[in-house]
Amino acid sequence: MSENPQINVPVHSASADAGWTTVLTPHRGWLDWRLKQLWRYRDLISLFVWRDFVSLYKQTILGPLWHIIQPLLTTITFTVVFGKIANLPTNGIPPFLFYMSGIVGWTYFSNNITKTSSTFVTNSSLLGKVYFHRLVIPISIAISNLISFFIQFGIFLIFIAIFYFRHFPIHLTYWAFYTPLFLVMLAGYGLGGGIIVSALTTRYRDLTQLVAFGVQLLMYATPVIYPLSQASSRYRWVLEYNPLTPVVEGFRLGFLGAGDVNLTQLGISFGAMLVVLVIGTMLFTHVEKTFMDTV
Amino acid sequence: MSDTVISVENISKAYRLGQIGGGTLREDFTRWWARLRSKPDPFLKIGEEHHARKMGEQFWALDDVSFQVKQGEVLGIIGRNGAGKSTMLKILSQVTTPTSGEIKIKGRIASLLEVGTGFHPELTGRENVFLNGAILGMTKAEIRKKFDEIIAFSGIEEFVDTPVKRYSSGMYVRLAFAVAAHLEPEILIVDEVLAVGDAEFQRKCLGKMQDVSQREGRTVLFVSHNMLAVQRLCTRGLLFANGRLKVSGSINDVIGDYASTNATDEYLNTKESNLPQIVAAKILTVSPNIETPLEVMIEWVLPEDIRGVKIGIGFNTSEGQRIFDCAPEDLGQRSPDKKGRYKATFTVPPNTFMARSYYVSIGLWRESVVFDHPNPALQFIVEKVPRGPYSHQSSRDGLLNVKGVWTLAGNADSPSQPIAGWTPTTV
Repeated sequence: MSENPQINVPVHSASADAGWTTVLTPHRGWLDWRLKQLWRYRDLISLFVWRDFVSLYKQTILGPLWHIIQPLLTTITFTVVFGKIANLPTNGIPPFLFYMSGIVGWTYFSNNITKTSSTFVTNSSLLGKVYFHRLVIPISIAISNLISFFIQFGIFLIFIAIFYFRHFPIHLTYWAFYTPLFLVMLAGYGLGGGIIVSALTTRYRDLTQLVAFGVQLLMYATPVIYPLSQASSRYRWVLEYNPLTPVVEGFRLGFLGAGDVNLTQLGISFGAMLVVLVIGTMLFTHVEKTFMDTV
Repeated sequence: MSDTVISVENISKAYRLGQIGGGTLREDFTRWWARLRSKPDPFLKIGEEHHARKMGEQFWALDDVSFQVKQGEVLGIIGRNGAGKSTMLKILSQVTTPTSGEIKIKGRIASLLEVGTGFHPELTGRENVFLNGAILGMTKAEIRKKFDEIIAFSGIEEFVDTPVKRYSSGMYVRLAFAVAAHLEPEILIVDEVLAVGDAEFQRKCLGKMQDVSQREGRTVLFVSHNMLAVQRLCTRGLLFANGRLKVSGSINDVIGDYASTNATDEYLNTKESNLPQIVAAKILTVSPNIETPLEVMIEWVLPEDIRGVKIGIGFNTSEGQRIFDCAPEDLGQRSPDKKGRYKATFTVPPNTFMARSYYVSIGLWRESVVFDHPNPALQFIVEKVPRGPYSHQSSRDGLLNVKGVWTLAGNADSPSQPIAGWTPTTV
């Protein structure tokens, strides 16, 4: 198909000419993110969040309790397997709290990445019929997951209080104030990574299968079930290059008083997150306009 | 110029044929790497030009289509399945992008491509109105303002707080249409949604669409196979065939053109439906001519007892003008109204038709509610006869071959002179 040079008329000049509000052309810039339009769809985002929350638990007996049961069971499993049986060190922190601190943050990240990565495939019937800003879906997923994060975080705080009053060696540090930043970063990485995968899955369907495995692998390369300080010096560089390490360690330092992280590392990680997010959005923008022809 | 709200310029859309996304990551990577070093594509077969290969793999769903839509116009888009209508609508509603060309739009477009898009079965009617409205581009405040109106229009007041999975398909459609109809977009795209839902509601929808266009001056693009609805609703039409825009003009011209290319001597409808419908029809007379009777077989289904239901047949010109029609009631008979599957033939006596083509429409209705109305369902061409009084009838004009009686009163100047071929009568 030979490209017609007239096709790429800049949207602004064309729309200014005769009061056109929308100009549809075959091509769209990598950076044409239409953020203003996304803002107009904020009500849809909130309704999607609410739909996910309400519909997930309609007709289940335990309902929202599942938000609590899941991480609790994982924490108990980890405490038994890694703490009691394998006897992995936890920097002197009670193993139960140690694993829980890792799991609460990690669950938020991994839920974000796995759920957003299937955006196009799961929603193809909807996306094939109506247009709305496509980023609405991944963003609403990140916000939905935030709800379960806060529930789990609340449980975590309760356990901290319990352990604290029983005089276990834990203490809060000022790093706890960075919690909103940690959340933004976990959301950014999950969202960025997820939309990169979702953009690629429109072409390489195998990736969907790989995501779950990849995320699990990533967990072992992040100090979730062991502290960074215990990593052998030979492999420590892997963990230090992992941009999720400062987030997990920082979270732990803030709430349990033991972690290996400084502000420079956190800053670099934040920058890397922005890069992932920008690349993801570019890919997503590039793919969203034609994905219906391939999915 | 200023009242043009949609301007479609040279739009083409190609789809890749065959297995899409079948390429592996490695293949893509190798290809990319080769391109980077300006080497030829390693996966291209020898002797095959890249361009040719690409063209061969593509299917042009739309091929250089251009048209304009003016403010307040109700544009009917018709064509056979696969003619490119839906692709056009998908591009207009931004679900997919064109391969080349440009579209300029003035105002907000809302498309009602499939009813209930985004309905969540576990949520209640009320909740889904909000969700669906937001998907279609409304804000919560707008929906709240319109909520009572939407529910009243849909007629499901008592079930507002029931999960929609308990709704009948009719209720589902009603609610969904109600939401879309109250969107207040500048441009409304409606694709074949009226095929579902009962006739009563269909009428309501058509009425609402008429309102939207005439009273509120909004623009409507309407895609349907229901020619009656298209004819009633639209002022202008587009006929698509094989990805191209075949005819654009007044709705009657467009429907006439569609009819002349689309009708055959057999009609079959295999759609599942719980509404009364015509399932088959056929011209039984083989190569009809002027002197043969014409027999048409019709088969229809009544899924339940419907008092006052009528079956009827109409004969039209290619322009869609009705020549005559007939229901059993017109002849003092009664259409069956008990549940069942019926088969009937309608026979037109010989020497009724002229040597030309005719179109048959069939209707199944009750009072003002039309259940099914394939129009045109059938087409037939009446041949001349080789000998006899009608062999020269090509010089005759008109639609029907009515055998009148000529009586000549004689020549007033010479009353006694007999005229050859006429019986003398006294004045």
